[in-house]
Amino acid sequence: MIRVVLPPHLRIMARVNGEVVLEVEGAVTLRSVLDALEVAYPVLRGTIRDQATQRRRPFLRFFACQQDLSHQPPDDPLPDAVATGTEPLVILAAIAGG
Amino acid sequence: MSSVRVLVGTRKGAFILTADGKRDEWTIDGPFFGGWEIYHIKGSPADPNRIYASQTSGWFGQVIQRSDDGGKTWEPVSNRFEYDGVPGTHQWYDGTQHPWGFTRVWHLEPSLTDPDTVYAGVEDAALFRSTDGGQSWHELSGLRSDSSGHLWQPGAGGMCLHTILLDPERPGRIFVAISAAGAFRSDDGGETWRPINRGLRSEYIPDPEAEVGHCVHRIALHPSHPQVLFMQKHWDVMRSDDAGESWYEVSGNLPSDFGFPIAVHAHEPETVYVVPIKSDQEHFPPEGKLRVYRSRTGGHQWEPLTNGLPQRDCYVNVLREAMAVDALDPCGIYFGTTGGQVYMSADAGDTWQPIVRDLPAVLSVEVQTLP
Repeated sequence: MIRVVLPPHLRIMARVNGEVVLEVEGAVTLRSVLDALEVAYPVLRGTIRDQATQRRRPFLRFFACQQDLSHQPPDDPLPDAVATGTEPLVILAAIAGG
Repeated sequence: MSSVRVLVGTRKGAFILTADGKRDEWTIDGPFFGGWEIYHIKGSPADPNRIYASQTSGWFGQVIQRSDDGGKTWEPVSNRFEYDGVPGTHQWYDGTQHPWGFTRVWHLEPSLTDPDTVYAGVEDAALFRSTDGGQSWHELSGLRSDSSGHLWQPGAGGMCLHTILLDPERPGRIFVAISAAGAFRSDDGGETWRPINRGLRSEYIPDPEAEVGHCVHRIALHPSHPQVLFMQKHWDVMRSDDAGESWYEVSGNLPSDFGFPIAVHAHEPETVYVVPIKSDQEHFPPEGKLRVYRSRTGGHQWEPLTNGLPQRDCYVNVLREAMAVDALDPCGIYFGTTGGQVYMSADAGDTWQPIVRDLPAVLSVEVQTLP
């Protein structure tokens, strides 16, 4: 079980409250978690990463276990605590305001 | 009795303003999509309950929303806008070539006859079409390949395709306008295109009469005379009597011929409205007086319309998508400001009143006249 915390605007889009819980087959990486997230909530396609390039949107960040994972390669494993569901993967809208 | 529905896009959400045909008591619904920029929201002429909205954000990118019940409920549809083939490059601010990249949808133009067909004008400038109610989008790439796309460059607001006009008399004819490239026309449903900028003169480009490179802010037409086009250019108000083959200036006695929107009266094809703005450096009304100017002669002679509009200390702007007309008699004129006011006139501009004063900055205004 993987726990994901979405930014408030995306929670509204996905019509969820609180954390999202996902099942991920195989290695738990940024790519596999985001793939599973977009399968479960197709409305989020394109809002976290570009649909064509798969690149993270510049003003979003991925945090977990007090680490900024935004710049790690998408196929690197996420921390064990995320893979076991002990800690959530936090998707954060950086540079708040506006 | 007829009624009107005013669709307002703002920097922080969409609002829907409704009134009966008297247009004196208004209901304000919204915000829809609170916190998101709504660049444009427009209903289908073929089915007024079908409305499309462009919802966009610097954080989360583009979302397209669709309503099938007149804006009460909404469902996201496809936000996948992929350029056809290798997108190539266009001019950048510094004169170098810059890769084409999708940023947002500026304008959604539903087909005149089919609610499921809708055109999207996007930044970086390109034209997309959906024929399945927004479930998928395909670029009409002849616009970029036929029209010297590599010579286009962004205006201050980005390189956007912001105007799409569908000719009601010739179903295959489409006009679009791009900042800063100019106006373009297709006569075959969007497959092939050519620039239609002869007569435009822009002192801010190396060749003031170049075929492309002009910062066209808005084009408007009257459905009964679609060969007559009116244009608010960066500077200059222009007119064409031959579907864009040639243009001539009709700025006449305007206090400034800089501005963004331009609109045509619903029943009088020679009655035109603009909102003069002081300059490209100072985007607010001259002398702090918010004045709509009306020409009843198709240009050249303009009269200020001030009754009900602030005539001192007013420094708002009116953006290119933020003016529209209804089809009632007398014709209603509507515009929104960057200060969050939406003004309307139920008598073709003679008198004005605010429908609402304190919305977020208004990006777009469209009006539906309902039976």
